[in-house]
Amino acid sequence: MDREKTIALVGNPNTGKSTLFNALTGLKQKIANYPGVTVEKKIGYAAIGSKKFRIADLPGTYSLNPKQIDERITYDVLAGKYKHEPAPDLVIVMADASNLDRNLYLVSQIMDLEIPMIVALSMIDVAEDRGIRVNAEDMSKKLGVPVIPIISKESGDIQKLRDYISSNAVSAPEALRWNPGEPLRKAVQIVINDWIKPHTNLSERIWTTEALRFIGDDQAINMVPEIEKQHKLREVVQKACTVLEDSGKNYTAEEVLKRYEFIESCTAGAVSKSSDNMVTLSDRIDEYVTHKVFGPIIFGLILLLMFQSVFSWAEPFMNLIDLFFIGMGNWVSGTLPPGILNDLLVEGVLAGLGGVVIFLPQIMFLFLFISILEGSGYMARAAFVMDGFMTRIGLHGRSVVPLMSGFACAIPGIMAARTIENWRDRIITIMILPFMACSARLPVYALMIAAFIPGTSFLGIFSLQGITFFGLYIFGIVMAILAALVMKQFIKTDTPSPFIMELPGYKMPKWSGVFQNVFDRGKVFVTEAGKIIFGISIVLWFLASFPKTDLPANFTEERTTQNIEAPSAQNEQMAASYKLRQSYAGQFGQLIEPVIKPLGFDWKIGIGLITSFAAREVMVGTLNTIYSVQDQENAISLQKKLQRDVDSETGEPVYSVWTALSLMVFFALAMQCMSTIAIVKRETNSWKWPAIMFTYMTTLAYICSLLVYQLGTSFG
Amino acid sequence: MKKLSELKKRGVATIKNVKGPEMLRLLEMGLIPGAKIEVVRAAPLGFPIEVKIRGYSLSLRKAEADCIEIE
Repeated sequence: MDREKTIALVGNPNTGKSTLFNALTGLKQKIANYPGVTVEKKIGYAAIGSKKFRIADLPGTYSLNPKQIDERITYDVLAGKYKHEPAPDLVIVMADASNLDRNLYLVSQIMDLEIPMIVALSMIDVAEDRGIRVNAEDMSKKLGVPVIPIISKESGDIQKLRDYISSNAVSAPEALRWNPGEPLRKAVQIVINDWIKPHTNLSERIWTTEALRFIGDDQAINMVPEIEKQHKLREVVQKACTVLEDSGKNYTAEEVLKRYEFIESCTAGAVSKSSDNMVTLSDRIDEYVTHKVFGPIIFGLILLLMFQSVFSWAEPFMNLIDLFFIGMGNWVSGTLPPGILNDLLVEGVLAGLGGVVIFLPQIMFLFLFISILEGSGYMARAAFVMDGFMTRIGLHGRSVVPLMSGFACAIPGIMAARTIENWRDRIITIMILPFMACSARLPVYALMIAAFIPGTSFLGIFSLQGITFFGLYIFGIVMAILAALVMKQFIKTDTPSPFIMELPGYKMPKWSGVFQNVFDRGKVFVTEAGKIIFGISIVLWFLASFPKTDLPANFTEERTTQNIEAPSAQNEQMAASYKLRQSYAGQFGQLIEPVIKPLGFDWKIGIGLITSFAAREVMVGTLNTIYSVQDQENAISLQKKLQRDVDSETGEPVYSVWTALSLMVFFALAMQCMSTIAIVKRETNSWKWPAIMFTYMTTLAYICSLLVYQLGTSFG
Repeated sequence: MKKLSELKKRGVATIKNVKGPEMLRLLEMGLIPGAKIEVVRAAPLGFPIEVKIRGYSLSLRKAEADCIEIE
């Protein structure tokens, strides 16, 4: 049997590469990370003709001179230098027809790598709207590689591409077809003869590209691991550059200029433009969206709309899920004989599962919004509009996107921060990002607000609950800004970072891609976070149920779980609470109670705080489990159980508004997420930053909660 | 020599020279001598600016716009 062939999909960002990937692979794809780094690795499979192909969707890049880690992976895979991914047998380069010059730059670079390649032209329709017509056949002749126009709506185009792939007739283009000119040719030969041949064992097909990188990119030499070797290489490159300088050429510019000369000779005749200065729809939209005054207002409104919708749209789904699990609990406890198995299933397994699934609607709605903003091209505008503000607080316009992703989950946000090239901007963005109210905090906020903040409304639209909710988001943002300003003083500046960012044309987001993304995120949450939450739920059920203790003599009332209106109800609750206090969990909670008492927290919240250091949302699951042991009335929600919880000694309610506010402030600020700690360690490559992050955030949380509770109870 | 950062909104110019630490990236994005460049608008606090080059939109901070000489 033949070895399975690999096709690499490459292209500039925003060219519709993912759409082509989805069209070729359908649902047969999996997303993972490249080993050791957090760059997303998308692999799919496609049966084309009689063969099965493995298709790798490589990270988008403008050039093979890599500036960022994801661009480097693209180059390394194409060059066959990457250990964990085979060198491709065929490359499909996606090129945006509406923006051909810059896209062909990457095409011309890949042509030097001597891999069979096909250029797929996307955005033909966008180009035609702008009066640009591309003659693909003519272009193909000039470039020397097949050029196939792809209009995603027409399956015929994809079929043509598939025919090309299966025909096996695609050959490798010749290197240096772009004609570098005599001086550059000479310089490349010097680097190959004096450095690459004697000192490396790179495969011959990438010699030219490697030599060009050393000549044009000052940073490339620094990437060579050994200092000794760097000295030698610097000498060789110096010699090569002198050749260029002697003929009056700039060694950085020469390659780029010659490539653009070639590109212009290819597009001449093959591309016709009806006018040079078309005002596009995107331009007209941007008159408002990136306007000096309206821009920031629109940005704020979009954020507000996003969170209002997430909160209200998800609610009916959450109620349904809640009802379902309550129903299941009642059914199981009524069907199975009473005993430990019954308890385990109802109070451990079902309560734990319900606690995971209930957040799914909110997470999916949030990712729906983020995917739409990303897919429509708005995210780049947000970065453009906010860059001025962000640089003033020591951040970068590009920080806006990771920070906004942080509202869903800090982990993808921290990963997205790698698009910020400057180290200081990036580290500050990462360090303040967990202050963004992630979706894991939502359940805690939602529970506390629903239970303890009155539903009073203002002006008929804004409720006190909604304002509290919005206020918590703003609180997180304000603390993030303050933290950034402080950190700016401590972390030294190197060179100011560049902000060379494309503002892609607006487009309708591809719905299949959006839903795929929402589905993937939901799945990751249920499988990854769910595993931890589910496991902890069962452990907690055990801790909260054992050891079984007998009631003291004054608790003699018979248990009547059927009738909550009976006068014995309160006594019965106090009995259950007493039992929970005697359990392992209760003992543990009481152990830390003195430390958290000044914040208004009792030992039950204490248990929740400890377990939520695994993940914030575990808090609600924990309370759920604790309260379903304590208060076995399955038909009522956790919210009601919290409201009617009383101190077993004084009979006073355990929770007040100030307890709820203090707890929410604690959750807004504390570093309570193992996964975030792990990802920060991986992204910064040291334990120093996660350690600093954990310490400063949690200290800040303790102080702020203390202030809220103590001031609130004194003056409130 | 006039810099791109001095060009007014809606101003069109021809790139004369590109230099500075981001020279390679700017050239690769198509900002090469001879190319026409237009300043479309500025962000709320004056910078970054949005420019049109080769039919697409790019944002640049003052530092980068200072490195592009125009005429």
